[in-house]
Amino acid sequence: MATTVSMTVNGKTVSGSVEPRTLLVQFLRETLGLTGTHVGCDTSQCGACVVHVDGNSVKSCTMLAVQAEGAQVTTIEGLAKGDELHPMQAAFREHHGLQCGFCTPGMVMSAVDLAHKVKNPSEDQIRHWLEGNLCRCTGYHNIVKAIKAGATAMQGGK
Amino acid sequence: MSDGGIGASVRRKEDARFLTGRGTYTDDINRPGQLYAYILRSPHAHAEIGSVDTSKAKKAPGVVAVFTGTDIAADNVGGLPCGWGVKSKDGSPMIEPPHPVLAQGRVRHVGDPVAAVIAETREQAKDAAEQIAVAYKTLPAVIEATDAIKSGKPQIWDAAKGNVCFDWHIGDPAAVDAAFKKAAHVTKIDIVNNRLVPNAMEPRSAIGEYDRGTGEHTLYTTSQNPHVIRLLMGAFVLHLPEHKLRVVAPDVGGGFGSKIYHYAEEALVTWASAKVGKPIKWTADRSESFISDAQGRDHVTHAELALDKDGKFLGLRVSTVANLGAYLSTFAPAIPTYLYATLLAGTYTTPVIYCEVKAVFTNTVPVDAYRGAGRPEATYVVERIVEMAAHEMKIDPTELRRRNFIPKDAYPYQTPVALQYDSGDYFSTLDMATKAADYAGFAKRREDSAKHGKLRGIGIATYIEACGIAPSAVAGALGARAGLYECAEVRVHPTGSVTVFTGTHSHGQGHETTFAQVIADKLGVPVENVDVVHGDTSKIPFGMGTYGSRSIAVGGSALIKAIDKIVTKGKKIAAHLLEASEADIEFKDGKFTVVGTDKSKAFGEIAFAAYVPHNYPIETVEPGLDETAFYDPKNFTFPSGAHIAEVEVDKETGTVQLMKFTAADDFGRIINPLVVEGQVHGGLVQGIGQALYENAVYDGSSGQLVTGSYMDYCMPRADNLPNFSVGTHTTLCTHNPLGVKGCGEAGAIGAPAAVMNAVVNALAPLGIKDLAMPATPERVWRALQGQKAAH
Repeated sequence: MATTVSMTVNGKTVSGSVEPRTLLVQFLRETLGLTGTHVGCDTSQCGACVVHVDGNSVKSCTMLAVQAEGAQVTTIEGLAKGDELHPMQAAFREHHGLQCGFCTPGMVMSAVDLAHKVKNPSEDQIRHWLEGNLCRCTGYHNIVKAIKAGATAMQGGK
Repeated sequence: MSDGGIGASVRRKEDARFLTGRGTYTDDINRPGQLYAYILRSPHAHAEIGSVDTSKAKKAPGVVAVFTGTDIAADNVGGLPCGWGVKSKDGSPMIEPPHPVLAQGRVRHVGDPVAAVIAETREQAKDAAEQIAVAYKTLPAVIEATDAIKSGKPQIWDAAKGNVCFDWHIGDPAAVDAAFKKAAHVTKIDIVNNRLVPNAMEPRSAIGEYDRGTGEHTLYTTSQNPHVIRLLMGAFVLHLPEHKLRVVAPDVGGGFGSKIYHYAEEALVTWASAKVGKPIKWTADRSESFISDAQGRDHVTHAELALDKDGKFLGLRVSTVANLGAYLSTFAPAIPTYLYATLLAGTYTTPVIYCEVKAVFTNTVPVDAYRGAGRPEATYVVERIVEMAAHEMKIDPTELRRRNFIPKDAYPYQTPVALQYDSGDYFSTLDMATKAADYAGFAKRREDSAKHGKLRGIGIATYIEACGIAPSAVAGALGARAGLYECAEVRVHPTGSVTVFTGTHSHGQGHETTFAQVIADKLGVPVENVDVVHGDTSKIPFGMGTYGSRSIAVGGSALIKAIDKIVTKGKKIAAHLLEASEADIEFKDGKFTVVGTDKSKAFGEIAFAAYVPHNYPIETVEPGLDETAFYDPKNFTFPSGAHIAEVEVDKETGTVQLMKFTAADDFGRIINPLVVEGQVHGGLVQGIGQALYENAVYDGSSGQLVTGSYMDYCMPRADNLPNFSVGTHTTLCTHNPLGVKGCGEAGAIGAPAAVMNAVVNALAPLGIKDLAMPATPERVWRALQGQKAAH
């Protein structure tokens, strides 16, 4: 029982045939081939699949593709401007906020949303915000540093 | 040295693709015409399989094939082999039961694979699996290793009487008995080292593909060591020769040991893809990972330490029961033996040690190496008992440790449990840690916490680890069924850029940057002109992969050997071009120079000459500049360090808050300090997780993994943790060319004991002397109420 869904992903209008049970993350990964968004769990805990839907960070494993009908979706692939990294991406690189890279797209997308919502977030605010994003490699120390620096850089209009 | 050489905090080359969503993990790969596999797993911990009716499933929409244990057996598919054999005290070999790819007649843990459905979509495969009718006759299960060895318990394997796989020992029991007779004080402790689920963030995945035209099989898999998988699967399971089997481990999202092993799903997709003639992908759900990835730790130990009146250690006696789970995972037997008991001297001069280890089958997921692998378990035993002895003898814990540290001038130091440490300085790392942690100011902080109604505690752990397991001949004599060397190829291209092929594998460790830094340092080629290739058996000559903090110690040494060959050949070419004697050519800062003159050739010029050999010593030197080296280490490396944890306990709720964590480590020479700090941070949090949050809990009667999801298994999160203070003090490894020791596991080795020593220290004023990991609020609260925890 396939149905057609249309949305704007990283600035481009896309549509595809999905089952009612198809998750947004499956649509992004399997239909659109945007494999930067990852699946690390099946209980909406790990946050590897975070994307932006209409400007808010969303776990794309927790939303059906059909619910995103007409939405503006941004994935990790849509963050950089050409070859120039988004300030948050650049901060993760500068502060070694990633190791295996698997949780990284979700971390970065979540961090960008935090920086949009809270100007100059404190360390406590960052750590609290990351409750929904698991990382097994970094111990979070450098992720927190990176987000603080990235949020500051975003303020600077970089 | 070029900019970005050894010692520079170069920002990682690999980050650009990971940060922009351009990494290629196994599940990101899709092959033309690809089908999907779903594995039907046992819902029971122990059961006979009566019949498996797949007729409905085979007719379900999209289904291409359904395979069961019968099909596997009929096609002569072998079982998963074990890569390490251990002998019992009496010289008899360990019990090595079969480990079929799909269960044969009986299932032995929840998650044991029973059938594989191959369909056009993942969902169709999953839906069809629900239509497979398996007639199970459930059997009683046994979960705890200490329970499994009691009489009258369910027997998991006919050959393993009392469920014992082996009963092993090391050391001199008579000498230890004699030491205890002389003791002024004996400290005794009972310890449970809790079972953990590794939980790399990327779930395991595998794609099998068969090319009928060439007869070549390809397996894409989430592996830390693709050549090992090729060897084990090719030689033992599918009987395929290496030249017709390619194993690719592309970007891998963390491993921590759990992706070392050869798993059933890898063999299944490789075998089935040839059967059905199409590529097949399998990717685990997280729930599946919980019941199919090898788990870690799970020791129950009694230990006794004999001390003289001044607190000098006279002897250590340890008895451990190790849970291996239902089957032998690839390297399982080595973990509670040669990677555990040989570490029981720790950083101390304990003159005699005896350890016996009973390794036991249970109806649980197999247990194998998890970050640290035996060394965290050993460190936990040693550092808890030392801490307890200090408390009992009323000696400051740092002072008791200093009285027993191996002296700085005692290297090489032979321990009573086989290892010979080449270098170390435990006094300096402890001094560094106590200063950075303001150990002297703790009493004041404890008073301040008390004013807020909190109990504050401080805990120390020192550790030694043995990394880069080797030499091959010694490991072979101890039961290893593989070599433990490493391979590197340095391919210098005609214009002077370099590709390094390494048999190690990076799944977060940053080899693409650190190995490039070694090239930059030694050949003067900028980091951006060096690519590091790993994870593909068709590209890399050979390799044993990455585990046991071996990559830089063993793989880096192989790289140096290959670089040396490049330089030697380069000198011959330079001597010809510069019309000088080869003996007069020196290579420095990327230039071949005639000693004492200004005549020189840049590295790139030599590379070009090697590939365009118009003016060239062709009679004596082959064209090209591409060298391969294998390196078999002379010994383990021995990183060490001191960790200090400080906690606050809420008396009302039992919640433990980690306030500070300080690490001072000796990793030998450091290639990239930024990367090393990151490795330490990550290791620490896995150790802190074990101490405060993580615990794999099985229901004692049904054998269900109760903590089978992130809703139930408590992973450390950002808001549980403080920032860390980390530092290094360097003594060089004396037996490898870079002087490197390895840093990947240190955090996970030192942290559990440091944190638990801090928790017990916080509770000590209330008369609590011991507490089992993890120190969850419930456990701490019950201890505070004088009750025993439920789990």
